[in-house]
Amino acid sequence: MELTRRKVMIMGTGAMVAFGLPMAANAAGEDLIEAFTGGAEMAESGVTLTAPEIAENGNTVPIEVDADGASEIMVLALGNPTPPVATFKFGPLAASHTASTRIRLAGTQDVVAIAKMKDGSFAKATKTVKVTIGGCGG
Amino acid sequence: MIRKMITVGALGPLLFTAGAALAEAVEDTLVVNEDIEMTTRTDAPEHLSDALDEIMSGWHFRGTETRAMQADDFDNPGMIFVEQARDDWSEVVGTEGNSCASCHDEPESLAGVRAVYPKWNEAAGEVRTLEMQVNDCRENRMGAEPLKYTGGTMQAMIALISSVSRGMPVNVAIDGPAESTWEDGKELYYTRTGQLELSCANCHEDNYGRMIRADHLSQGQINGFPVYRLKNTKLNAVHARFKGCVRDTRAETYKPGSPEFVALELYVASRGNGLSVEGPSVRN
Amino acid sequence: MAKGVRPRVKVPKTASAGEAITIKTLISHKMESGQRKDSDGNKIPRSIINRFTCDFNGENVIDVTLEPAISTNPFFEFEATVPETGEFQFTWYDDDGSVYETSKKISVE
Repeated sequence: MELTRRKVMIMGTGAMVAFGLPMAANAAGEDLIEAFTGGAEMAESGVTLTAPEIAENGNTVPIEVDADGASEIMVLALGNPTPPVATFKFGPLAASHTASTRIRLAGTQDVVAIAKMKDGSFAKATKTVKVTIGGCGG
Repeated sequence: MIRKMITVGALGPLLFTAGAALAEAVEDTLVVNEDIEMTTRTDAPEHLSDALDEIMSGWHFRGTETRAMQADDFDNPGMIFVEQARDDWSEVVGTEGNSCASCHDEPESLAGVRAVYPKWNEAAGEVRTLEMQVNDCRENRMGAEPLKYTGGTMQAMIALISSVSRGMPVNVAIDGPAESTWEDGKELYYTRTGQLELSCANCHEDNYGRMIRADHLSQGQINGFPVYRLKNTKLNAVHARFKGCVRDTRAETYKPGSPEFVALELYVASRGNGLSVEGPSVRN
Repeated sequence: MAKGVRPRVKVPKTASAGEAITIKTLISHKMESGQRKDSDGNKIPRSIINRFTCDFNGENVIDVTLEPAISTNPFFEFEATVPETGEFQFTWYDDDGSVYETSKKISVE
């Protein structure tokens, strides 16, 4: 295929459209965060989200959330077809406000943890997880 | 076309940065349940010493979190299938009114078996894999239907039989009556096939430790089979993996249970003689 | 009842009063996300575990809402305070209405 300037520009626009798609999921994610926090401010610290930098496989990605003094932690995968992942509600016998699980990530994206504290305030943590397409065996 | 460009573009920087960092097999030791010490690196067996100095389990080529998942029987999702197989073990099936337990008592009584399979069966006059032996017991001693070779029920049973040999060194015989089968397997291993003209050795002997696209190539050892793969969240059989690899070279692939794969399994198992049985292991 | 669903939990057998213990839970479940298509191109309907709870002697430890993004064979690890001898109750709720339960006793010395 001959690469004319026109073709490059069309491809570039196409790329922008393709990249635009995750932004649609982001909007859905934003709505969910809004609904959870009621629009309140979210502190930058107070919740820790642990996830691998590069996921060995997007089908099973181990993550951990931790927020001292939280009553609830919501986890979203902003790049998934549907962002909600899980919501952890801690009861009176929870020894710590920590939980680990394994999640599915459709592609490289931001994973977000929002903690609702017992005092009604909110905190947010974001982690970018790279999800690769495998080689031969992948 | 656009999607392909974006994928390649996105992977490009990843390939180059990850390449150097992940090239080496990871320095780490595997102790399962704080109890079973695994030999995951050792000197290459004699028949291999002109090709490799050291043999390494596929465990060393996976990421931190994946390696950790195998260190505890609770974290290892493969073990849930082992539990299912323990139930199957005591279940009476077939016309003879037997269960596995009728002859074999506890699964633990089969410790050491996995480590020496595939092996020559004198009465049958052939090399047998563990799956073949399980089906032989089922058909002839239990009067039951054979299980699908790569199916979930069979692989759960293979995982159970493997699990009771964990920590024991793989030690398949390559001489005596098994020798000609072993030679067949060796030839298959080194023969290029498919549109891509790749042999097993091209990746797993010549290029282990390197990245193939986003995958970290291992030595292709099978001491960890059956493998719980994160990719399909289930146990995977040796022959299923062989079938996939051959298909990936864009060749007509062999069938699980075929003489070609039996020979190949014997040969590949022998390349791991000395490594500990790890099955069921956790891989990507 | 979804096929082959099997819960398992890891809880220490003993603890001191008020101690924080680590609990791990796993349940074998496909977690059909609703995103996959069958060979005819039709969407395979969603069928997942949508909620998991852990209680001790009737008091709640954790209550998790699961979405399709939780991996097959849902795994959870969390910490619980053990005030006295008693029993942990674990419950998983399936989209299809099934409820899976298991329990584990713990003694406080």
